[in-house]
Amino acid sequence: MAVTPSQRIDVLKTYKLFIGGAFPRSESGRVYSVKDSKGNHLANPSLASRKDLRDAVVAARSAFPAWSAATAYNRGQILYRMAEMLEGRSEQLVTEIIALEGVTVKSATEQVQESVDLLVWYAGWSDKIATIAGSTNPVSGPYYNFSTPEPIGVVAIFAAAKPSLLNFVGALAGVITSGNTAIIVASEKYPLPAITFSEIMATSDLPAGVVNVLTGSATELVPWAASHMDIDAIDASGLTSKQLKEAQLAGVANLKRIRVHTQSKAPERILNYMETKTVWHPIGI
Amino acid sequence: MSQFEYAPALESTAIVNIAERYNLFIDGKFVTPKSGKYFPTINPANEKVLAKVAEANSTDVDTAVQAARGAYSKVWSKMPAAERGKYLFRIARILQERAREFAVLETLDNGKPIRESRDTDIPLAAAHFFYHAGWADKLQYAGVGDQPKPYGVVGQIIPWNFPMLMLAWKVAPALATGNTVVLKPAETTSLTALLFAEVCQQAELPAGVVNIVTGAGATGADIVNHPGIDKIAFTGSTEVGKLIASSIAGTKKGATLELGGKAANIIFDDAAIDEAVEGIVNGIFFNQGHVCCAGSRLLVQENIHDEVLEKLKVRMAHIRLGNPLDKNTDIGAINSAAQLAKIKELVTAGGAEGAEQWSAPCDLPGEGFWFAPTIFTGVSQTHRIAREEIFGPVLSVLTFRTPQEAIEKANNTPYGLSAGVWSEKGSKVLWSASRLRAGVIWANTFNKFDPASPFGGYKESGWGREGGRHGLAAYLKASN
Repeated sequence: MAVTPSQRIDVLKTYKLFIGGAFPRSESGRVYSVKDSKGNHLANPSLASRKDLRDAVVAARSAFPAWSAATAYNRGQILYRMAEMLEGRSEQLVTEIIALEGVTVKSATEQVQESVDLLVWYAGWSDKIATIAGSTNPVSGPYYNFSTPEPIGVVAIFAAAKPSLLNFVGALAGVITSGNTAIIVASEKYPLPAITFSEIMATSDLPAGVVNVLTGSATELVPWAASHMDIDAIDASGLTSKQLKEAQLAGVANLKRIRVHTQSKAPERILNYMETKTVWHPIGI
Repeated sequence: MSQFEYAPALESTAIVNIAERYNLFIDGKFVTPKSGKYFPTINPANEKVLAKVAEANSTDVDTAVQAARGAYSKVWSKMPAAERGKYLFRIARILQERAREFAVLETLDNGKPIRESRDTDIPLAAAHFFYHAGWADKLQYAGVGDQPKPYGVVGQIIPWNFPMLMLAWKVAPALATGNTVVLKPAETTSLTALLFAEVCQQAELPAGVVNIVTGAGATGADIVNHPGIDKIAFTGSTEVGKLIASSIAGTKKGATLELGGKAANIIFDDAAIDEAVEGIVNGIFFNQGHVCCAGSRLLVQENIHDEVLEKLKVRMAHIRLGNPLDKNTDIGAINSAAQLAKIKELVTAGGAEGAEQWSAPCDLPGEGFWFAPTIFTGVSQTHRIAREEIFGPVLSVLTFRTPQEAIEKANNTPYGLSAGVWSEKGSKVLWSASRLRAGVIWANTFNKFDPASPFGGYKESGWGREGGRHGLAAYLKASN
């Protein structure tokens, strides 16, 4: 017998991590309570550990060869597919953003729409960034010489807090459109849209491990990410100046490229995680 | 076999006037150091003292930074860009006019063959100024937004392997973009930088735009840590690069770092072998192997290993080592006693770890610092001589069977500055070039440099690029 709407108990979501295409809980078994804008308990997402981070790095490194070798057209279509999926899930994300950030329906809706459009913008860059940032170089001699940007490898992202979805999507899309793989640590206070967005990524033909999402404490994860020898770069936009300095010091171990961004929509979001390769070849018969 | 002996063909040193002692170049003038100290700089080919050079202390560095700041805010940043460019054109022209003088002085102070200082270092240095001069009034096309801004005062620290060329790589883009500089040459090779100071005077460059402070590591640290420095540009070892990165953590200072390398030079079995052998020699023995991008790990496809090694040894036996001022010389002096000791230490380790050493038969002069061109065969990836930068004329030879194995071995290093690939098959060359994790790939050539060509490394070989539009952009910030 069906229950009436007033009798029905909601089925709540368990917010888990997203590593290697799967949704595991933290190996540590830890969770933390996320509050809504009024201070009421909302959910118990995972409090990711050092081991979770290391697992995420393994997944990201394993995914790098195939993702960076995929055609730019293919990567662009997958980012566009993510935009399609996000559009369809808008309502759920609007609800989460309102609950967490305490913004109006209008503002939350605009944030989701802007996030969709930002994904479309970055999708379009995948097969254009090398045209804009690359060059043929007129060297003085019988050589053909060209420079082209290549993805740097594995990037750890500490996403900035509010607007939570827009910051998350903007940081992520810029990093992966060029062929990098990523570990993204969601905002500690506003992590739910990141996990819901992981469900979008899981259904967008994005290969497993290209993006790995951790929730928890940036303060706890910064030293491990910054000293990890298989992470090539860090987007530190979500870190405090104290955490940034800590990351810079630990990052010296393998001379990580550590960047801070103030805009979600900027080609630097892509180019800062690319390396320029220059190739020389003689011309002759 | 008939014997043709080369008669010595010595370049005259009459063209250079070396002073007994050199002062610091600050605010357009040569000034005595507050430290009151001077250190000797020697000719590494005979260990004779060439001159004494001022040692800048922190007070001297502070004076230089203040001069650079004053020149930046009062003169250089206000000057129309086209006029700024004209000063760089002037400098390029004076370097061309005085090229022979610079080449001889470089060879005396550094130990490199006159053939290289005359044909490579100095012409390329002049070319760098000419190239960047033309950029000065076109910065809106550098890829840093419509209104790019300079950093301000840039601290530049350069190495001893290409003293004048590295100065040009640093100073030319900094000035073209509207920055002013405090530059420290390496302590064993200060003389061409000090001659460059005279060029700045002849070009009537406004006082304080270029300041040259001489000294060793402590002077470099004073520059890095000075709060008035907006950006650091460093070329040198990965070890020192990491110290600099630590020093500037938590500050607003920008940085470009051109650091070490352990480049693979891959020879596929379908390469033109004779050309590849020339490329191997050029890759590792150019400039005594004192090259961060040297092709120091030779990866030879197994089925051609013996043929390549045989031809390489024949070629190496014809390398002429000796007086750097002799125009016939291919390999000059090792730059310093300390560097020679480092090379010898790693070569000893190579033998101790089980690799087989072969050195070209040649007589080493009695005085000065010398090391015969040397190869190690039977090297494995774990050997120190396959992992560490030797920075000398020493080649480690490894083998591979498949292209995939070649790429995997080539990339098996924390460095990523350069790599070489030799094959007559175009698709294989491009396949390799796209998989090698390095900033510069020389395909069927090696050790080519040009002001228009970006240079710089992946991974622990550094941050950023020098040369081309990419290198120029490293001296600019977006204005928002």
